[in-house]
Amino acid sequence: MSAEHTHDEHASEHEGMTKKKIWQVFFYLLGITAVEFFIALYLIPKGILGQGIGNFSYIVLTLVKAFYIVAYFMHLKFEKFALKTGIVVSLVFIIYFIILMLIEGNYQFIHMN
Amino acid sequence: MNTTVSKIDELRTDAWSGGKSPFAVEYGKLMMWFFLLSDAFTFSAFLIYYGAQRFSKISWPDPDVVFQSIPGITDHGYPLVFVGIMTFILIMSSVTMVLAVEAGHRNSKKEVVWWMIGTIIGGMMFLGCQALEWSHLHHEGYWWGSFPASYTGIDTVGALQFANLFFTITGFHGFHVFTGVLINIIILFMVLANVFQKSGSYLMVEKVGLYWHFVDLVWVFVFTFFYLV
Repeated sequence: MSAEHTHDEHASEHEGMTKKKIWQVFFYLLGITAVEFFIALYLIPKGILGQGIGNFSYIVLTLVKAFYIVAYFMHLKFEKFALKTGIVVSLVFIIYFIILMLIEGNYQFIHMN
Repeated sequence: MNTTVSKIDELRTDAWSGGKSPFAVEYGKLMMWFFLLSDAFTFSAFLIYYGAQRFSKISWPDPDVVFQSIPGITDHGYPLVFVGIMTFILIMSSVTMVLAVEAGHRNSKKEVVWWMIGTIIGGMMFLGCQALEWSHLHHEGYWWGSFPASYTGIDTVGALQFANLFFTITGFHGFHVFTGVLINIIILFMVLANVFQKSGSYLMVEKVGLYWHFVDLVWVFVFTFFYLV
């Protein structure tokens, strides 16, 4: 009995994800998507939000969704610190590339149109 | 036997001194993470190019106008509804996948099998929806290198790039979903053949799970930049 108990404890510590937590994350993702639809189908057409602020909120909400998928579904939050930073810090190259390419796009917009 | 440990050996006990994995994950799982990181760079290169193109054009097709049909029900007037259904299907299949992983931790073969079947069905439904979406847009005149005649003058420049990038990026994503479904089917058969029951670990389910969630993750970004922004 006590041996079984310690085994269970060890298992839950290793998992980090229970069924309850999985469904909780699912409803977060669904809720965020619903907010995005609300912005796209109601707030922007009615003129309550401008397209610029709308786009900014889409991107922020998308990054929140990405965090929940990577941290909980892909379990990265429960990995060792070295693995977490190794994966996440590498993504800084993407940010650099975004900046480069948007500057390039802007240059083309000014000079080619 | 001398049990005294010299000073230099005492120092070598931290995670990076060798002898153990500093990441504390199995080799195959670490390699899956590295593969996914490289795949993330590929997808972001596509999406960033899309952003740069959109930034550089005077006009760009309005997503609410391009995507307003529900194939088989109505041709226009319902922006975002069909892609909303697709997004829901993919998030749902991500949930069934993570439930399969959770069941694997408990060594419950029966539950792993059912959640894997659910995941595969979800993936196939998504691919079916994408096929409908593609054929609808194709009938409207969009394809690689072509766009409907309703675009004229300066609007044709953006429309051409939009059509090319839409089919390339959703196609590349769809190809990932397709291979994900194939790998899920292979793993399902391995579960049914008791391969993991014998080896005592369902870690392989976790590894395909990582791939499957990544496909979902990419869709979240594709959805935002093609359908919302």
